[in-house]
Amino acid sequence: MNGLELLQDPNVRWILAATVLLGLSSGVLGSFAYLRKQSLMGDALAHAALPGVCIAFMLSGSKSILLFLLGAAAAGLVATFGIGFVTRHSRIKQDAALGIVLSVFFGVGIVLLTQIQHSDSGNQSGLDKFLFGQAAGMVRSDVLTMAIVSFALVGVCALLYKEFKLLSFDPGFARGIGLPVAALDQLLMLLIVVAVVVGIQAVGVVLMAAMLITPAVSARYWTERLGVMTALAGLFGAASGVIGTFASAADDHLPTGPLSVLAASALFVLSVLFAPRRGVVSKLLLRASVRRKAIADYEERMRGGRPA
Amino acid sequence: MNANDWWILLTAALVAGACGLLGSFLVLRRMAMIGDAISHSVLPGIVVAFLISGSRDSVAMLFGAAAVGLLTVFLIQLFHSGGVQSDASIGVVFTALFAVGVLLVSLYTSHIDLDLDCVLYGEIAFVGLDTVPWLGLDLPKAVWMVGGALLLSLVLIGLFYKQFKLCAFDPALAAAVGIPVALFHYMLMGLVSVTTVASFESVGAILVVGLLVVPAATAYLLTDRLGAMIGCSVLVGVVSAVLGYFAAELLDASIAGCIVAAAGVLFVLAFLLSPSHGVVRKLLRQRRGAGDAVITKG
Repeated sequence: MNGLELLQDPNVRWILAATVLLGLSSGVLGSFAYLRKQSLMGDALAHAALPGVCIAFMLSGSKSILLFLLGAAAAGLVATFGIGFVTRHSRIKQDAALGIVLSVFFGVGIVLLTQIQHSDSGNQSGLDKFLFGQAAGMVRSDVLTMAIVSFALVGVCALLYKEFKLLSFDPGFARGIGLPVAALDQLLMLLIVVAVVVGIQAVGVVLMAAMLITPAVSARYWTERLGVMTALAGLFGAASGVIGTFASAADDHLPTGPLSVLAASALFVLSVLFAPRRGVVSKLLLRASVRRKAIADYEERMRGGRPA
Repeated sequence: MNANDWWILLTAALVAGACGLLGSFLVLRRMAMIGDAISHSVLPGIVVAFLISGSRDSVAMLFGAAAVGLLTVFLIQLFHSGGVQSDASIGVVFTALFAVGVLLVSLYTSHIDLDLDCVLYGEIAFVGLDTVPWLGLDLPKAVWMVGGALLLSLVLIGLFYKQFKLCAFDPALAAAVGIPVALFHYMLMGLVSVTTVASFESVGAILVVGLLVVPAATAYLLTDRLGAMIGCSVLVGVVSAVLGYFAAELLDASIAGCIVAAAGVLFVLAFLLSPSHGVVRKLLRQRRGAGDAVITKG
C-alpha cells in the first residue's frame, strides 16, 4: 500500500490528524520549556498524571477523555506546585525533586490502578491503553477534542508570544517591567500539563516526554531566532507524527507512539549532523577549511619571510 | 506469613538497600534524573538480551542492560558536550531508547513471554516461586540477582569509598589530585544500570527510580555526613519496603507502588520535620529569632 491508498482509510486519517496536531502543539510548547531549562518537566508531569486519571475514573466510572483531562490536569498542577515547593523550601535540587514527584505520583497511580483492576468494574482495560498510548484506538470525538485543545494551546502561545519570549530569555527583566512572571510560569506549566494529558492517549506516558523535548532540541540546532525555532519545532513534531502514523499503518504490528518518537529522534540525529553552523559536519568542514587556510598562510609566510 | 511473604520482604529490602546506596551518590551529584533515564533505557537491552539468549536467564540480561545503561550515559554526555542542555539531552536519549524497547517488545510480543506490564511495573508477588539452587542454597532468583548487585556495589564502593566521595562533592579537586573522575563516573553509572536490571523484575523499571531517588533525598534532609547519609538512605529504603509491603497487604494493591508511596510519605515527613533542614523547624526558628540573619537559609 502506498501513502495515498492509506489515506483513503478514514481511521488512518483520524490518527494522522491527531498525531500531527499533537506533534505541532507539543513542539511549540517544548521550545519554551527547553529555553526555560525545564525539558524534563514534561516527563515528570506525564508520570504524575496517572493518579489524576485513575481518580477521575474511580469517581466517574466513565472513560471520557475530558474527565481524564481534568483529573490529569489537577494532578499535574499539584505536581508542579510540589516540585516548586520542595526546591524552594529545602536543599533538594530540581533534579531530585523531579525524580521524587515523578516516582511517588506514579507509584500512587499504580496503587490506584491495581485497586481499579481488582474492583473489577469491567471496562478498566481502557486505562492501560491510556497509559501506553494507542493511537489506533482513537475515535472521531477523541480527535476532535485533541484538535480543539491543540489549537487552543498554539493560540495561547501565539497570543502570549512576546511575554513567553521575555520569560524564556530574561525573567529578571520581565519582572522589572512589571510582567506577572510567576503567573506566566504557572500558565506555561498548565499548557504543558494540558499537552501532556492530551498526548498521553496517542503516544503513552513515557513517550509523551519525547514529543515535548526532541523536536524542540532539534529545532534549536537550526536557528538562533525564537520565532523560527518554535515554528521549526512544531514542524518537526508534526512531521514525526506523519512518519510514525504511516509507518505504523503500513505494518499492523507496530504501535504509532514509539514510531513517532523514533522519527523525532531520527530528525534530531539529522539536525545534530547536518545543521548549518552548529551541526557536526559543518563544524568539521569549518575546522578543515580554517586549518587549510592556516597552513597555506604559514607556508606563504615561510617562503616570503626567509631571506633568499 | 508464609515463606513466600518472607521472600517478598527480603527481595524488597535488598532492592531498597541497593538503590539507597547508589541513590545517595546520584542525589549528591545532581544526577537523579540520570537514574530515571537509565531505568527507562535499559528496556531495549533487556529485550535484545532476551531475544539473543532466548530465555529470561538473568546473566545475559544483566550484561545487555548494563551495556545499554553505559551507552545511555555516554550518549547523554556526548550530546551535552555538543551544546545541548543536560536535562534535554537526558530526555532525548532515554525516550529514544525506550521507544526502541517498546517497539521491540511489540514486534516480538507474539512469540516471547516478556510482558511489558511486568517490565514496567514489576511483579514482586511471585518472587518466591522461582527459586534457583546455587552454592547449596535454594534461594529465589530475584534474591540472587538483587543480592549480587548489592554485593557488587558494596564491594566497589567500599574499596573506592574515598574516591567516590571526592568525586561526589568536588569533581574538579578529584581530577586535580589525580583521580580518574570519568572512570568513577562510568563505574557508578554501570552499578546503577546493573542494580536497575537486577531490580526491574521485582519492582519494575519505572519504580526503581523511586527507590533510587526518594530515600536518598530523604537522607539528604536528615544529615550532613556522607556515611550517615548512605546509612540513613538504606534504612529509609528498607523501612519503606516493609511499610509498603504491609500497606499492599492491607489495600490489596501493587506492592511496588505501595513501597514507593511509603517512601514518599517518609520523604514528606522528613521534609516537614527534619531536625536540621525541616520546614517546621525553619518556621519556628524564623518566628523565634526574626531579624537574625544567620538562620534564614539552611
